[in-house]
Amino acid sequence: MEHNFIFDLVGNNIWAYLITATIPLIFVTLYALVAILGELKIASWVQDRLGPMRTGWKGVLQPLAEVVKLLQKEDITPKNVNKPLFNVSPFVMFTGSFAAFAVIPYSSKFIPADINVGLFYVFAVSSFAVIGILMGGWSSNNKYSMLGGIRSAAQMISYEIPMALSILAIAAMANSLSITEIIKSQDGGIWNWFIFGGPGPIWKIAFFPFIIILFLVYFIGSLAETNRTPFDIPEGESEIVGGYHTEYSGMKFAMFFFAEYANMYVVSALVTIMFLGGWNSPFGDFLNGPIWQFFWFISKAMFFVFIQIWLRWTLPRVRVDQLMYITWKVMLPFAFIAFMGIAFWAMLNPTIIK
Amino acid sequence: MTIETIYERLKKEFNDDILSLNSEANCEPSISVDSENIVNIMLFLRDEGDLKFDYLACLSGMDYKESLGVVYHLYSIAKKHRITIKVNVPKDNSIVPSISKVWRTADWHEREAYDMFGIIFEGHENLIRILNPYDWEGYPLRKDYKQPEEYHGLRVPY
Amino acid sequence: MTEKREIEIDYGQVHTERMRLNVGPQHPSTHGVLRLEVELEGEIVTDVIPHIGYLHRCFEKYCENCTYVQVVPYIDRLDYISSMSNEIPYALGIEKLLDINVSERIQAIRTILAELNRIASHQIAVATFGMDAGAFTPFLYLFRDREMILDVFERLSGGRLLYNYIRPGGLMKDIYPTFVSDALAIVKQVRETNQEVQRLLIDNKIFIERSINVGIMPPDIAINFACSGPTLRGSGVNYDVRRAEPYLLYDKFDFEVCVGKGLMGTLGDSYDRNIVRMWEMEESCKIIEQAVKFIPDASEDVRASIPKKITPKGEIYTKAENPKGELGFYIVGDGKNKPVRIKGRSPSFVNLSVLPYISRGYMIADLIIILGSIDIVLGEIDR
Repeated sequence: MEHNFIFDLVGNNIWAYLITATIPLIFVTLYALVAILGELKIASWVQDRLGPMRTGWKGVLQPLAEVVKLLQKEDITPKNVNKPLFNVSPFVMFTGSFAAFAVIPYSSKFIPADINVGLFYVFAVSSFAVIGILMGGWSSNNKYSMLGGIRSAAQMISYEIPMALSILAIAAMANSLSITEIIKSQDGGIWNWFIFGGPGPIWKIAFFPFIIILFLVYFIGSLAETNRTPFDIPEGESEIVGGYHTEYSGMKFAMFFFAEYANMYVVSALVTIMFLGGWNSPFGDFLNGPIWQFFWFISKAMFFVFIQIWLRWTLPRVRVDQLMYITWKVMLPFAFIAFMGIAFWAMLNPTIIK
Repeated sequence: MTIETIYERLKKEFNDDILSLNSEANCEPSISVDSENIVNIMLFLRDEGDLKFDYLACLSGMDYKESLGVVYHLYSIAKKHRITIKVNVPKDNSIVPSISKVWRTADWHEREAYDMFGIIFEGHENLIRILNPYDWEGYPLRKDYKQPEEYHGLRVPY
Repeated sequence: MTEKREIEIDYGQVHTERMRLNVGPQHPSTHGVLRLEVELEGEIVTDVIPHIGYLHRCFEKYCENCTYVQVVPYIDRLDYISSMSNEIPYALGIEKLLDINVSERIQAIRTILAELNRIASHQIAVATFGMDAGAFTPFLYLFRDREMILDVFERLSGGRLLYNYIRPGGLMKDIYPTFVSDALAIVKQVRETNQEVQRLLIDNKIFIERSINVGIMPPDIAINFACSGPTLRGSGVNYDVRRAEPYLLYDKFDFEVCVGKGLMGTLGDSYDRNIVRMWEMEESCKIIEQAVKFIPDASEDVRASIPKKITPKGEIYTKAENPKGELGFYIVGDGKNKPVRIKGRSPSFVNLSVLPYISRGYMIADLIIILGSIDIVLGEIDR
């Protein structure tokens, strides 16, 4: 409980658990609103147009308007769908991405659940999304949805392997799977972040290429994991209409939408934790209080959310076989090589506590 | 190559099947041929070295009131000359051999001519309506076409 | 023994089936109300059957009930994103039938309009092709520039989409004073944006990988199917009506007929068809720059040569190079004020008929790319 200030405030009772569980939910909701606005505004900036301008000052209330619109839309359940699966799949998908928030830290004073296999846990629950998409795609009784669901299953399962390899490498560097431990082993300024090899003597720069490869493998994999362009083939609106969410409308569609944005944050937070020092300030102990840590963590994560949005409006979509080619024949060998290099580095590094 | 020399060539090759060379005033000169042997004539036009009409620009069905007709506009990309071939068939027995094996582009053009005029292209693989609904009745571009009162319960004249 | 046999029977009963998928009539990437009946083996397309006619408006039947001038607005509605170009072959055909000579200035104006319209149409083609591949941003860049062209057309004719501007024998009214400078400003902007699109879309590795070696159309197939326009030239066939049978003032201009070269992949793939459109925009810019020299400052009565009565007798097949390809009209007149028959040979109709033959064996995502590279307009296919 040392990493949860709620317990200091209200003591170790049921209220503390309830509040701890509620804060991520509020955070996700607020974050989704900001991310939707960000998506709209960044898209309009990229595309040389204004974006929403009528709702509030410069259109800042647009996400609220969208939420209200989705809430009051008719919730259509088409005929001949498999009703239980059809109704449950958006929630399965959202549960998957929201469950990951249990271990995503905000600052050294607030980690909802500090478990010792945090990284592994995030990875496990984010695979939930595959089940949700496959359920939604199959139960919709629509050929496009079916194609989207199958595409998504193939894509996400394939991309988890190189991603798992990079997570393993990080675990080797930090000598732990606990998110707190990983972040703590990166403290002491920007030079000690894992993107720069973590703490260690100066000859760690010899291992930089491996870490850069790992970073790219993980980031590209995370794009595929969240079904964002250039890997949005499960949705692929110009090919298979809407993919797995073709038949969804109203609040159920909003849940898919919500889950996508929540997933974006989860993978960005993981990049932050694994490579960019988590909540650590880039200046060592300077500006490293709990509130500042919150600021650092959120800004690092949001930076990656921004990159994902930016990429979406810049790149075309790849084809299914090319996607498989990239993961199995390019990313996987590279990830293996990088993993070997990092393992070597972790063996030689004198600063790692064995 | 001028149309007269092409006409001479065709006449020498197919004598009786080539009917006439029409060069009325204000008209593009055209060659009327008999519908029976149209496929061989077209193959000859396409493959002969100095004619080489490799490009079927247009195929139009026609209604001449007494008879139906098909007009082929050919062009040669290699030799840069053009020619018009005409075929006439009687209305009650409007069968023309299909040339969709000679130029694949004729496939859809012939379907359109069938759809609009009811000209039957013999040997066409898939002679069904193309622009009109598959269950439409009558051939709309014929001069004596009466449009139906209703189609599937929808009033047609508006 | 019996057990083994049972297993064999069970295995034989595992039933695989090809999936029939309706792409369209309501689908984001069919560019209109086209319905493709696709047979799929997994993701591989084994057969495509196009069903057209959802937008059939009886163009040819209407024409038989209209006077020759009333036909012009209907012709606008064939290829509704290049209406100016549509009017040109019809006007030329009627002029040839009636033996009217049109002044050089009007010819130059028509040439500029046709080329501006070619740019606008190719912009849409490249933009939607990019969007089919999933790149949304170049779409808006190109539409922003197309707006400038539409503004010029609007000042000329009053319409933004359907112009009814080029009449048999002349024009609807004279150009406005700053027309020439506007056209040159468009040329400048188009070149600028094309460079941007080249960097953002055409040279993008993902885009290249998506479009090369997809929908390969060998030259002989392209000719046999009578494809035209960039679809034909993408296969390396040098056929452009502007050069082959020059009309308007095209024989006086110096421009190149762009043909596909198989730059990245195989000759005649989707990439070639698309890149030909990019190059043609540049050639159109060149033509406009040369054509403005043929427009003297002094105004003239552009309606002077429009005949009072259009009653041609005779028949003609008239054609022009539209943005999509060779647009031809077979006009038959019998000396009355209404045509006996007008047959429109629309390029998209002919180009689409090749789709089943070049899209078999590719994936469903490639089918969309191939369809986008052919660049069809349903208004013209269904007439």
